[in-house]
Amino acid sequence: MSTQEPLVELKQITQSYSSGPRLFTAIQDVDLVLREGEFVCLLGPSGCGKSTLLRVIAGLQRPTSGQVLYRGQPLQGVNPHATIVFQTFALFPWLTVQENVEVALKARGAPPKLRATRSVDLLDRVGLDGFETAYPRELSGGMRQKVGFARAMAVEPELLCLDEPFSALDPLSAEALRGELIELWTSGSIPTKAVLMVTHSIEEAVFMADRVIVMDKGPGRVVADMAIDMPYPRQRKLNKFMQTVDRVYATLAGRTDPEHVELGVPPGEPGRTRVLPHIDISDLTGLLEHLDELQDNRADIFRLADSLKIGSDTLLSLTEAAELLGFALVAEGDITLTPLGETFAEASIRGRKEIFATRVRRLPIFRWLTAMLRATEKQQLEWEVVKMALSLEFPPDEAERQLDIIIDWGRYAEILAYDDDGELLYLEPGQGERPS
Amino acid sequence: MSPSHLFKTEQPAQRVFSWQDIAVLAGLAALIYGLARIALGAPEVVEGPTISLQLRAIPFYATLSVLRMLTAYVLSLLFTLVYGRFAASSAWGERLLIPLLDVLQSVPILSFLPVVMLSLSAFLSENVAAELASVVLIFTSQVWNMTFAWYQSLKTTPADLREANAIFRFNGWMRFKTLELPFGSISLIWNSMMSWAGGWFFLIAAETFTVGQKDFSLPGLGSYLYTAAEMGDMRALFWGLAALVMIIVALDQFIWRPLLAWAERFKLQMVASDEPPTSWFYDFISSTRLSGWLNERVIGRGLERLDQAMLRRFPVKDKPPREDATLRRALGYLLGIVILALLAVLVVRAGRTLLAVPLSEWREIAVGLLATLLRVAVAMALALAWTIPVGVAIGSNPRLARWLQPLVQITASVPATALFPVILLFMATLPGGLNLAAILLMLLGTQWYLLFNIIAGASTIPQDLKYTTALLRIDRWAKWRTLILPALFSYIITGAITANGGAWNASIVAEHLSFGDKTIYLLGIGGLITKATADGNYPLLFAATFSMVLAVVLINRLLWRPLYRQAEEKYRLD
Repeated sequence: MSTQEPLVELKQITQSYSSGPRLFTAIQDVDLVLREGEFVCLLGPSGCGKSTLLRVIAGLQRPTSGQVLYRGQPLQGVNPHATIVFQTFALFPWLTVQENVEVALKARGAPPKLRATRSVDLLDRVGLDGFETAYPRELSGGMRQKVGFARAMAVEPELLCLDEPFSALDPLSAEALRGELIELWTSGSIPTKAVLMVTHSIEEAVFMADRVIVMDKGPGRVVADMAIDMPYPRQRKLNKFMQTVDRVYATLAGRTDPEHVELGVPPGEPGRTRVLPHIDISDLTGLLEHLDELQDNRADIFRLADSLKIGSDTLLSLTEAAELLGFALVAEGDITLTPLGETFAEASIRGRKEIFATRVRRLPIFRWLTAMLRATEKQQLEWEVVKMALSLEFPPDEAERQLDIIIDWGRYAEILAYDDDGELLYLEPGQGERPS
Repeated sequence: MSPSHLFKTEQPAQRVFSWQDIAVLAGLAALIYGLARIALGAPEVVEGPTISLQLRAIPFYATLSVLRMLTAYVLSLLFTLVYGRFAASSAWGERLLIPLLDVLQSVPILSFLPVVMLSLSAFLSENVAAELASVVLIFTSQVWNMTFAWYQSLKTTPADLREANAIFRFNGWMRFKTLELPFGSISLIWNSMMSWAGGWFFLIAAETFTVGQKDFSLPGLGSYLYTAAEMGDMRALFWGLAALVMIIVALDQFIWRPLLAWAERFKLQMVASDEPPTSWFYDFISSTRLSGWLNERVIGRGLERLDQAMLRRFPVKDKPPREDATLRRALGYLLGIVILALLAVLVVRAGRTLLAVPLSEWREIAVGLLATLLRVAVAMALALAWTIPVGVAIGSNPRLARWLQPLVQITASVPATALFPVILLFMATLPGGLNLAAILLMLLGTQWYLLFNIIAGASTIPQDLKYTTALLRIDRWAKWRTLILPALFSYIITGAITANGGAWNASIVAEHLSFGDKTIYLLGIGGLITKATADGNYPLLFAATFSMVLAVVLINRLLWRPLYRQAEEKYRLD
């Protein structure tokens, strides 16, 4: 469908913000061209700045540096030819379904009669006829998002931006809505020239887009630009589909780096401090146990998501944690249990904790923290102090999240203890004198 | 065709008017007639500043008082919308306007009023000046909590809805109408109700102030009650109070309850709530044909026209080019400099006035602050002692709440100042009666904030925790200690902050008593302020007021704020 006419051009877009003396970069030097006729997916782990990039393109957010061109013209403020379908629907709860669609038309100065006929027609098209006078709270999530789509279509956007539009829906409605959107798009019955969708689900991206832009975090940047050349409607069970998903997984999961790169440096030292993945430790043990039961202790990551019934973003965080702790190796979209991982999976609860503790102690961020704690008189530090120290390395909310992860892992490994009342972090007894 | 089309309820078309419509029309006619009677009856009864105690005069006085309250309320609403927007929409606004609001609300405006009054009467006729001053006083008792609530709601509008506003290119008016006003409406209505209660509290003071030898009394229900108490006319006092209670109940039933029932649609939550506020009057009105017609033809079309006009007049502007921004910034700086210069002049003058206050008077101020602090502390302790058990009983027992809550609400809405003269009549004879009366007035004025907060807190204690304590067979005291008090903590603190401010403010009304020509001043900062006013000792008035503001702000910052933070962090139930 692509007619090669550039609709949006991003030139060296950087989005950073300062927190105290430090400058954090959410997106760095992104160059991107969206052409007419394209359905493009921005894909990446959470925190890679894909939603920020969508807002920059829609003009809701001004980039720190770089230029957004729309049809060759620099963008001033909100892009009048773009619209967004929100993850959280963003419907006005006090307006009826029809009023929610009409209000978008009203803001563009449409007279009442035209508004009414247009919105009824649009609601009809998304299958909501009969629900015009209902309030959003009376509808299911899927139906609410249909209202979101109808409202977005109402203003006849050239560029339709979708911000994880299906991730707050139940699986069945999400699947139905995906199909309907593809049908609308491919039938050419809407004046939309291009679609830009943010998602963290690899399968969803491959199912819908004809181009997938893969982003990575720390700082957010584009790491791959892949064309998906398959006719619509796509069949998930086809070999080609699965191979494509596999390829994207391989790009996103990357491969295990040599140890010193993988672990990063402690906070405060030059070089990159490793961001710990946000995982549930019991999920990690579940994954390792699952791998242990497989032949060769090896699995295709994409197929794992299917058999474990978890989302691709959760799975990627888990594989990242497994890699970081040395329990698994990732290469070419496959994950393989290491002997250590095997031992961990087969150990008792006590044994697991011990293995976990030895692995965690190797992480520079833990070494840094235990050294700091040991240096204090009572071997304890206030939560706030540690957060401040981490804030020099990470943006404030990320610093807080990292500290939560550290506490969680440290508690499981029985290295650290945390007193919520006094907001104090301290070393578990017996950890103080041990050399690192 | 879908079921909802088939079963769309259409009202029967043959009947033009239902009985409800006839009732509404009859009610309207009666209302117009009543107002006409009041207006016609006025000149005979009202002559000059003297207040007639005839019962026939009550409707007229009451109307005047309500009009004064209404004027002040409309001003408060306008101020709230404008000030709140400025504070919420710019960083400097937030840093400057919100602390300013915090200080302003601790200013006991009663003490400044005489000065305002005198300066106004210099160039306005005495009557107009008095009216203006009275409206200003009521305004200052209504406005602050509304402004805070509006600012809070502007700051907490959901980010996704704000983004939807931007992407669908809503202009300022559309944003206000479709997002900000609906989102803030419930809190604005609740705070309006509180503001009216606050206004009634100061009504008597607002209609009966004297400066030195000058009497600026205004005709109104407040001055009627005051005069009746002064004259010892129990019959007039009783009927005056009855009229006041009737007005309060009527406003509640015909304005606030219907508004709350109507505003239920603006709740943000996506599920229907269990017990939405109901109003028989709202149900009745919305069942009439007349309201449907009004809604569609008059309000609907009027709003549509207004929307169109606003959209044409104020189109969405994209980010202005750089030059404009610098020009605007320059203008902003200029404005800032002018304001700072004005402030500097005022500060220097204020400083000079403060320096003129002799040391002996500063000592009086210090002693007065301590005395009032003691009184406030006693009043707060008494209030806590009874509101916690009663509030928990009401809040955790729906059956009790059903009949007790309306009763409490009506009782709470009767302004303590109106009862005060009556209380004085009985208490003045007791030993230490004046002190007791002052504490009682503070208590009456502030206990309700606590009670309502505690009721609200007690009703949020989750049922599963109650079951757990029951299953664990925890004894009564341990249950209070482990469940009820921690759960209530943040609510108690919230109530106490408001109550504390109110008690200090009430000290100005509470710490002096007049019998005919004689006035007794109690030891205390409030008494000092009223005395300074009566003597025309403006430096002392200013110094005492300033000290009181400082004391209240300090108490808030040093005591309540830290407690509140702790409550938020440690004892949150979620």
